Amino acid sequence: MTENIFIDYSLLILFLPLVSFLILVFTGKRLPRQGDWVGIGAILTTLALSISMFVSMLIEYEPGFSHEASFSWINLSAFQVDLGFLVDNITIIMLLVVSLISSMTHIFSTKYLEGDIRYSRYYAYLGLFTFSMNGIVLANNLISLYMFWELVGVSSYLLIQHWFEKDSAADAAKKAFLTNRVGDIGFFIGIMLIFSTVGAFTYSDIFAGVADGTIGGTILTFAGIGLFLGAMGKSSQFPLHIWLPDAMEGPTPVSALMHAATMVAAGVYMSVRIFPLFTPDALTVVAYVGGFTALFAASIAITQNDIKKVLAYSTVSQLGYMILAVGTGAYIAGFFHLVTHAMFKACLFYCSGSVIHAMHHALHKKHDHETDPQDMRNMGGFKDKMPVTYATMLIATLAISGVPLFSGFLSKDAVLAGTLSFVIHHPEHFFLAICGFGAALITAFYMFRLIFMTFHGSPTKKELIDDIHESPKAMTYPLILLATLSFFIFYTLPSVNPISDHGWFKDLVVPQDSFVQDSAILSAHEIEEGMHHAHYLAMALSLLVAGLGIGLSWMMYYRKILSADEWAKKTGPMYNLSLNKYYFDENYQKYLIQPVLKLADKVAYIDWDLYDKYFINGFGRVTDWISRITGRLDYEGIDQTLVDGVGRSAGKMGSGLKQIQTGKLQNYLLFVLAGVIVILVFQTI
Amino acid sequence: MENHLLSWIVWIPVIGMVAVTLIPRDQTNAIKWTAAAAAGIQLIFSLILLARFDLTTGDFQMYESAQWIPSLNITYQLGVDGLSLPMVVLTAILFFIGVFVSWKIDKAVKGYFALLLLLDTGIVGVFLSLDFFLFYVFWEVMLLPMYFLIGMWGGPQREYAAIKFFLYTLVGSVLMLIAILALYFTCGHTFDMITIMETASPNLAGVTWWGLDAMKVIWILLFIGFAIKVPVFPFHTWLPLAHVEAPTAISVILAGILLKLGAYGLLRVNYAMLPDAVWWFAGAMAILGLINVVWGALCALAQKDLKKLVAYSSINHMGYAMIGMAAVIAAGAANGSNYAAAQAGLNGAVFQMFNHGTISAMLFILVGVIYDRAHHRDINGFGGLATSMPIYSGIVALAFFAGLGLPSLSGFVSEAMCFLGAFPVFRTIVILATIGILLNAAYFLWAFQRMFLGKLNEKYKDLPEINGRELFTVVPLAVITILFGIYPWPFLKYIGETMNVLIDQIVAIGGIAGVM
Repeated sequence: MTENIFIDYSLLILFLPLVSFLILVFTGKRLPRQGDWVGIGAILTTLALSISMFVSMLIEYEPGFSHEASFSWINLSAFQVDLGFLVDNITIIMLLVVSLISSMTHIFSTKYLEGDIRYSRYYAYLGLFTFSMNGIVLANNLISLYMFWELVGVSSYLLIQHWFEKDSAADAAKKAFLTNRVGDIGFFIGIMLIFSTVGAFTYSDIFAGVADGTIGGTILTFAGIGLFLGAMGKSSQFPLHIWLPDAMEGPTPVSALMHAATMVAAGVYMSVRIFPLFTPDALTVVAYVGGFTALFAASIAITQNDIKKVLAYSTVSQLGYMILAVGTGAYIAGFFHLVTHAMFKACLFYCSGSVIHAMHHALHKKHDHETDPQDMRNMGGFKDKMPVTYATMLIATLAISGVPLFSGFLSKDAVLAGTLSFVIHHPEHFFLAICGFGAALITAFYMFRLIFMTFHGSPTKKELIDDIHESPKAMTYPLILLATLSFFIFYTLPSVNPISDHGWFKDLVVPQDSFVQDSAILSAHEIEEGMHHAHYLAMALSLLVAGLGIGLSWMMYYRKILSADEWAKKTGPMYNLSLNKYYFDENYQKYLIQPVLKLADKVAYIDWDLYDKYFINGFGRVTDWISRITGRLDYEGIDQTLVDGVGRSAGKMGSGLKQIQTGKLQNYLLFVLAGVIVILVFQTI
Repeated sequence: MENHLLSWIVWIPVIGMVAVTLIPRDQTNAIKWTAAAAAGIQLIFSLILLARFDLTTGDFQMYESAQWIPSLNITYQLGVDGLSLPMVVLTAILFFIGVFVSWKIDKAVKGYFALLLLLDTGIVGVFLSLDFFLFYVFWEVMLLPMYFLIGMWGGPQREYAAIKFFLYTLVGSVLMLIAILALYFTCGHTFDMITIMETASPNLAGVTWWGLDAMKVIWILLFIGFAIKVPVFPFHTWLPLAHVEAPTAISVILAGILLKLGAYGLLRVNYAMLPDAVWWFAGAMAILGLINVVWGALCALAQKDLKKLVAYSSINHMGYAMIGMAAVIAAGAANGSNYAAAQAGLNGAVFQMFNHGTISAMLFILVGVIYDRAHHRDINGFGGLATSMPIYSGIVALAFFAGLGLPSLSGFVSEAMCFLGAFPVFRTIVILATIGILLNAAYFLWAFQRMFLGKLNEKYKDLPEINGRELFTVVPLAVITILFGIYPWPFLKYIGETMNVLIDQIVAIGGIAGVM
């Protein structure tokens, strides 16, 4: 395949789902089957194209493959913005992941959302999402990355509130968008810092600027952290993690696609893409955010009873792992974990969807609208009723817990090896290792807790169990496919060693040296070396913690040798903190959101009821008052006293004079006579 | 010179007005269609103007000149450049749409449409005149119809709103008049704007009045005059009232075009005639822009009346344009000769003016649609409308997303350009202003949730869906918003050269004076 065909294929992959979105938005309801086939057709074509790109990547087997195409977007003589695409092996793998999971979601949803009131809208939005997600994957610059970045935010917003009649869904959608926007502020500041120094937006130009020292030092650190803030929002990292669990209000296939496998991984993907510009200080921040999130979210997942909430916190925690890997320099391990996690986490979500679907139908049959179909305390013993769901979910659980033979073992091991090697180099950061391995322990524990509570034991609601049935084929086939892809071999071929990640992935996705001019930065080779040395120790430790977690879970929820309730009581305050998610939502509400709303009210009050009413209108009032005074002066002073005064005096004089105007001829003759006499007298004198 | 395209564009509405006045008052349909025809022909002419516009020059084109009052050196001069062109086209689009938005006006139809057309001429006249006296005449011509349109066809508080709008703007006009006269006398008794642009700077250099720098005095007088129109905090409080009380089409024109007159005036008069003072005032401008952004957003967040929310969002959005305008000084040597930043900021500001014109017009039309049906605009008084009016809700969602600056819609491109341009010079201010990115999203999404999501309010389950005429008024604006969001170059290519001229002018001055 020539390079240009790669770009052509990428363009098709990008725009087909958009076409599907446009068709469905405008004509969806009028099409047969509400047009779901339009969406499915588009995504399957996209999948076929992605597979063919993937296959030719495997045939060419060229580690450094990279091809770019740009076009001019804004071309003012000095201010130039070029947008374009970058296709390399990471892109090709990611495109396949997105198209695959998206295809599964399209197929799964035909049954899961059968008869839904906004069925065609749903498929339209899936198209919008796939378009924007692939846009992120293909971007070769920060501007189109940011644009698609926010577009996935919109599709996420629209899909979370699919059932917007529920206030909780509408709240969750808004929360997701706004929390992401907090991160995006940082993202945009990062873009501005970079543009104001390097004067460009494409990755390659930025890296060149980093390499030749055009941007460096504190500015680069802040730029990196700014961009990373965007990643924290999208990938739901502490303290911006609050939106993802709420996003579970959306339909479960959406949760699988966006809020587990792909969209939330965009933050990680972006960090992987821009890794070469992170300074050591920025990387330390990244590592701590990731590590802490991994442990923190796991510690919440452990006490949740809602099956989707457990998986949601598990996702947050796993994303933390990937970010931790980026922070410790093992960013390829982070990307590896992104890929394997996409498969098994999507599988887990579809499985939970299958279970919820079954619960829903059973409850519906019993006309029970009280029982929560997502609460694991209402489940139990579904193993024999839903064998396919059980088997696939178990496989995915083994993968996420890091058990050998499964993909998660390899990728998690790579992440932990990276962390361990970093900690060995920098013992002061030992906390990161605690986070990594601690989270692994807890993950194994709560994932098996989920399996045991849902599928094993005896049903807590005996009347339901008879009505629990396996889901239809459109739902189970995706499960089987994704569970199959949770085995290690698909990521290591042609190698078949289950405890080594050597294989096509490692061959084709090679780490890049950082471009940052700093002696503290290790080269890609040094990081590889370190990981290699730490590999066996990391593996031993991770096996140990995984075994420990599974064992504890088994004792507590399967054999019930240990009582979960008693442990909960024993750890009282901590248990409550975890159960209530450390009260983050409450505190944000109390110390951030309410104060801002109050401030807004105050500002609006000052603006309208004080400033405008008294100050601005005050001018009017003062003018009014002055004009009254001048009016009175004018009328009473000038007009009445002066002007009319003259008039009045004239009038008075007139009325005095008019006394002599009698109108009688005799009087006038008398006056004339008198006058004549007077004149004569004067004459003679 | 051989044809008078610009004159036609200015005077067609007045011809339409005369025609309207000749139609008997009970023939309302004939009146409306006559108005539509006049606005339509003006729109076609403005598109011809677009096609004939020479992209390679940033100077004035299609110049027209005639003697008017020779004894005072007053001429009739028109001309168009990259700054006025988008504003003229925007005006033509919004007036054409405005006629159809006004279709349901049933009180004194004849008077309404006659005044509307007169207003049109006033606005286009301001954008195209190159003689200061003419400029001022048009400026005042615009005021009168606006007063009556708000005062007679407005909401319950219309008279108060109209008189407040009138007086407030008049204050600005008076200050502007003083400044115009000052320029007239210092630039050799001429109102010719091009001559003033060339001579004001040298003639005013070093001149002081009562110990104050004359240039600064004139700048401030002009600034306040225009700032009232923009509106710049703290001269903004006429706006929410006028917008809320005005009938829908007038709100559209107020927000869509009238506010642009202020920003246009700042660039055409303050920037082009007194470039020296730009150096002195840019910092203040950026700070005022920041205040507009944050203050407008916070006020919008607190509103319960949808129309008032949109009105405050205008204050917020014009803040971005102010910040972009301030960025022009980035091109100066003292700021690292960052020409790219100056271009981004200034082009971004003009683009933001245009985008706010289309987006806020869309928002006000949509507010009008719901008000016509429910007879109130209380955000909390609805709920779940997305169920009963899906198409309307979809378009509102699009308009709200445009308002909150969603990438791939035009507002984002211009806001981003303003920020990118201003960042190198006003780093802290820009970082503080990015809070607007969040607040904008907050007030729009929160309002959307309260009105359209959640359980359907039973009272409104039978509201009729948005109709064909209403769609006809919003869809073109939505299409513009999307197209320029995806590919802004077809817009920017028209303005770029003129902005370069403006930047060069300011940089040249900065090179000489540098100290201001």
